[in-house]
Amino acid sequence: MSTLRRRDVLASGTLLVLSVRPMQAQSQSQSPSLASALAEAVRAWSGGNMPRDGRVTLDIAPLVDNGNAVPISVRVVSPMTEADHVREIAVFNERNPQREVLRCELSAANGRAEVSSRIRLATSQQLVAVARLSDGSLWQQRVEVLVTLAACIEG
Amino acid sequence: MSTRTLITVPAARRGEIVEIRAMIGHPMETGHRPDSAGRLLPRDIVTRFECRFEGRMIFAADLYPAVAANPYLAFAMRAERSGTLQFSWSGDNGFVHTESRPLTLT
Repeated sequence: MSTLRRRDVLASGTLLVLSVRPMQAQSQSQSPSLASALAEAVRAWSGGNMPRDGRVTLDIAPLVDNGNAVPISVRVVSPMTEADHVREIAVFNERNPQREVLRCELSAANGRAEVSSRIRLATSQQLVAVARLSDGSLWQQRVEVLVTLAACIEG
Repeated sequence: MSTRTLITVPAARRGEIVEIRAMIGHPMETGHRPDSAGRLLPRDIVTRFECRFEGRMIFAADLYPAVAANPYLAFAMRAERSGTLQFSWSGDNGFVHTESRPLTLT
């Protein structure tokens, strides 16, 4: 009898897991309005042009336990000379209350186009790192991040 | 209350590219968070960081509420000569803080 109860408990546990999964999948799926808000923020930053994919690497853990302080690092392939360097690196997010995260100004004096920081993530979402080069070209990388404990929840 | 910072400037050989790290103690209150009574806590963040070497801008950043509390920034710099690095932070409610560190070539 007691083993039967244990099985019941185990079965209900499995049910719980099953019922949570579709919700996670839903929160991951992109609503078009959010995706376009992200694109809009990037366009406002770039002056109308959409950056091309490439040259930018946005390093962030794909699965984040705690959204309150998430290490990020952005690297751009560039010789960082006076003639050819990265002028600006910016990071935008899809689902925090505000699209902007960080905007950095660089020059040839940096020698290497790399910036690191720690950011807040309100929920699972897409992040994009964009770079403006001295020749005016725009580059980006988009990354999908899963957040299990969100920032901004506790009052 | 005094402001705390944590800055690392490694010793460098001429021409070497070093990583400079700067962190400042600040709550970075987002302006999107309610207090216990349900009222929104007013935004109080650092909005700007600048690093200059002998007066010349090396790195600058605009910060938004999505930057975590105690904002941390790391960036690279090509060390060409010894001199003084000046770090400055400014933000909401008239927040201003500056620090200086030597950059020493070995």
